[in-house]
Amino acid sequence: MNIIVCIKQVPNTTDVKIDPVTNTLIRDGVESVINPFDVYAIEEGVRLKERFGGKVTVITMGPPQAESALREAISVGCDEAVLVSDRKFAGSDTWATSYTLSCAIKKLGEFDIILCGKQASDGDTAQVGPGISTHLDIPQVTYVKKIEKIENGKAVVERMTEEGYDILETPMPCLFTVVKEINTPRMPSLKGMMRAKSAQIVKWTAADIDCDPQSIGLDGSPTRVVRIFTPPPRKGGEIIKGDAAQVSQELVQLLKDIVI
Amino acid sequence: MDYLFNEQQKMIQELSRKIAQEKIKPVAAKYDESEEFAWDIMKIIAESDLFGVYIPEQYGGLGGGITEMCIVTEEFSRACGAIALGFAGTGLGTFPILLYGSDEQKKKYLTRIAKGTVAAFCITEAEAGSDAGSIKTTARREGDYYILNGTKQWITNAGEADVYTVIAMTDKTKGARGATAFIVEKGMKGVEFGQKEKKLGIRASATREVIFTDCKVPKENVIAREGMGFIVAMKTFDSSRPGVAAQAVGIAQGAFDEALSYSRKRVQFGQPISSFQAIQHMLADMATQIEAARALVYATARMIDAGAKNVAKESSMAKLFASDVAMKVTTDAVQIFGGYGYMRDYPVEKYMRDAKITQIYEGTNQIQRNVIAANLIKESIKAE
Repeated sequence: MNIIVCIKQVPNTTDVKIDPVTNTLIRDGVESVINPFDVYAIEEGVRLKERFGGKVTVITMGPPQAESALREAISVGCDEAVLVSDRKFAGSDTWATSYTLSCAIKKLGEFDIILCGKQASDGDTAQVGPGISTHLDIPQVTYVKKIEKIENGKAVVERMTEEGYDILETPMPCLFTVVKEINTPRMPSLKGMMRAKSAQIVKWTAADIDCDPQSIGLDGSPTRVVRIFTPPPRKGGEIIKGDAAQVSQELVQLLKDIVI
Repeated sequence: MDYLFNEQQKMIQELSRKIAQEKIKPVAAKYDESEEFAWDIMKIIAESDLFGVYIPEQYGGLGGGITEMCIVTEEFSRACGAIALGFAGTGLGTFPILLYGSDEQKKKYLTRIAKGTVAAFCITEAEAGSDAGSIKTTARREGDYYILNGTKQWITNAGEADVYTVIAMTDKTKGARGATAFIVEKGMKGVEFGQKEKKLGIRASATREVIFTDCKVPKENVIAREGMGFIVAMKTFDSSRPGVAAQAVGIAQGAFDEALSYSRKRVQFGQPISSFQAIQHMLADMATQIEAARALVYATARMIDAGAKNVAKESSMAKLFASDVAMKVTTDAVQIFGGYGYMRDYPVEKYMRDAKITQIYEGTNQIQRNVIAANLIKESIKAE
C-alpha cells in the first residue's frame, strides 16, 4: 500500500502572534515543530504500513527549514520524504497550498491513501486536506477517528461528529484527515533517528512539479486577509439560584431581554 | 556545560530526555503512590532501542558504553529516579554477562536484554551487606547442574526481571575465592520472590527477596568460572557505580529544575523569592554542585569506556560525590519550596526521598571512602 502523509511545520506555541502589517504569522524566535494533528496522521500512516505493508511517503510544502520536520517523520517510521519548497510558493493561501501539494502528489505517482491532520495549530483552517482531495478529484473523509477495514479497494472508517461518530465506506484512493482520538503516536527509536539523520530528502521546486505558475503563491491565492483579530473572550455565565418555579420565570425573562 | 558528546550520544540524550519529559514525568507521582513497576514505560524505552545503548552491536545493541548508560540514566532520573531504575538496575544485572560472559551467554542473554528484557543483580543478603564476604547462599555442583539454596535480599527489579545474575558460594572454605556468579532465569524451578518491600523512596522500583530452593542451574550458566564470583561482582560495581552517580545527578537536576522554576513564581513580600539573595545563593550552590558531580560522572564514564584497567577509585568517587550532592540539593529544593515542598502534592519531596538510596546502595558512601582510600594508599606504595 502506498501511503502519503501531508504535514506542516508550525510554531511550537498555542499563543500565535500575527504581524499587524502583513497579517502573517510571526515565526521569529519560536521553535518549529510538526503540527500536532499531523503527528497523528504520521502515526496512522506508519500503522497502516505495519498492518498492510507498503511504504509511507511524507510530504510538506514550506521553507527549507521544514526539512527537520520531515526527518522527524522518518525517525518514527516514514520511509521517504519530499520537501516542496520555492520562493514562488510564498504567500500561498489554503487554495494555492492544496493545489501545490496535489501537483507534487501527482508527480509521486500512484497512491492508495493520503493522510492529513484535521487542521494546523497555527492557521486552524482545516481546509488544506479537503483542498488536496478536491484538486486530485478523489473522495475525502474528514475527522477520521478509526480506520476500521481496508479491503477490495475500499476503506471503512469512523468519522467523529459532535454527537458520536459515522461509519463510512469509501472507494480508494482517498484522503482522510485524522483527529487525535485515532491513535497514540509513538516515540522515535534510536535506529529511526539515525536513519532520519542520513536519509535523502527529495527536494522539489515549482519547476519540478508541473504546476500552473498562475495558481501558486500569492498570485494563485484568492484569499485576501484584511484583518486578523482574536474574538473577545466570552463573559462568564450567570447562575440563577432559588426554587424551580422562580428560577424558570427569571430565566424566561432574561432570555426575553436578550431577544432570542 | 558541554561534555563533548558525539553525535550518537547527543541523539541518545535527546531521545531519553524526550521520553523522560513526555512519558515518565507525567506518571512519576502516580507510580510513586501505587508502588507499581512501570511496565508501560519500560515498553516505550524498549521500543526506542534505549535498553541496548551499552550493549555491543553484535548482540543487537547500539555499541555504546558506560557513558551512554549514564546519559540515559541521568535523563530518566531527572523525571523519576525510581522508574529510571528499571533501566539502570537492568544494567547492573547485565554487567556480569557483559564483562565476563562467554560468547554463547552473550548471544543468549544480551540480545534479549537489548530488546527490553529486564535484568537484576543478586548479591546482598540479610547478613551480607557491606560485608559481601559473608554470603550464605550456596551452589552445590551435581553433574551438569548447580543446586542453589539461599535468600537474596533487597534485589532491585526482583520479580519483574527475567534474567538474574547471582553470586553464590561454591566453596565456603575458600572465603572470597569460593564465590561463583550464575545466570538464573525467572522461570527456573526453585526461584521464588518475597514480599515487595515498602520503602522511603524509589517506590516504583520493585525491591524483593529472591529465594532459591534447590534451584537447578545448568553449568553453562556459570559466569567466567567457579571461584570468580567476587571478582565478577567487584568489577561489575566498578562499571555500575557511575550509573548510580548519574541517577543521583538526574535526581538532583530534576529537584533543582523544580526549585528554580518555583522560586521565580512564588511571591512573598511583594516579589518573587528568586529576587532574594538567600534563595539566589542556594540556587547558585545547588547548580554548581550538580555540574561538578556531572563532570565527575562523565569523566569517569569516559575513562572506563576508554578501557582503563583499574577504575575502582574514580567510580567510587563519582558515586560518593554525586549521591551526597543529590541528598544536599534535593533537601535544599524542599527548603526553597518551604511548607509546600513538604507536601506530597508538590514534586520535590519525592526527589528528596529518592535521593537517599543513592548514598546507600551499590556500596554505602562509607564503603566508597574505604575503596578510595585503599586505592590511594596502594597507588602511593606503588609509586615509592
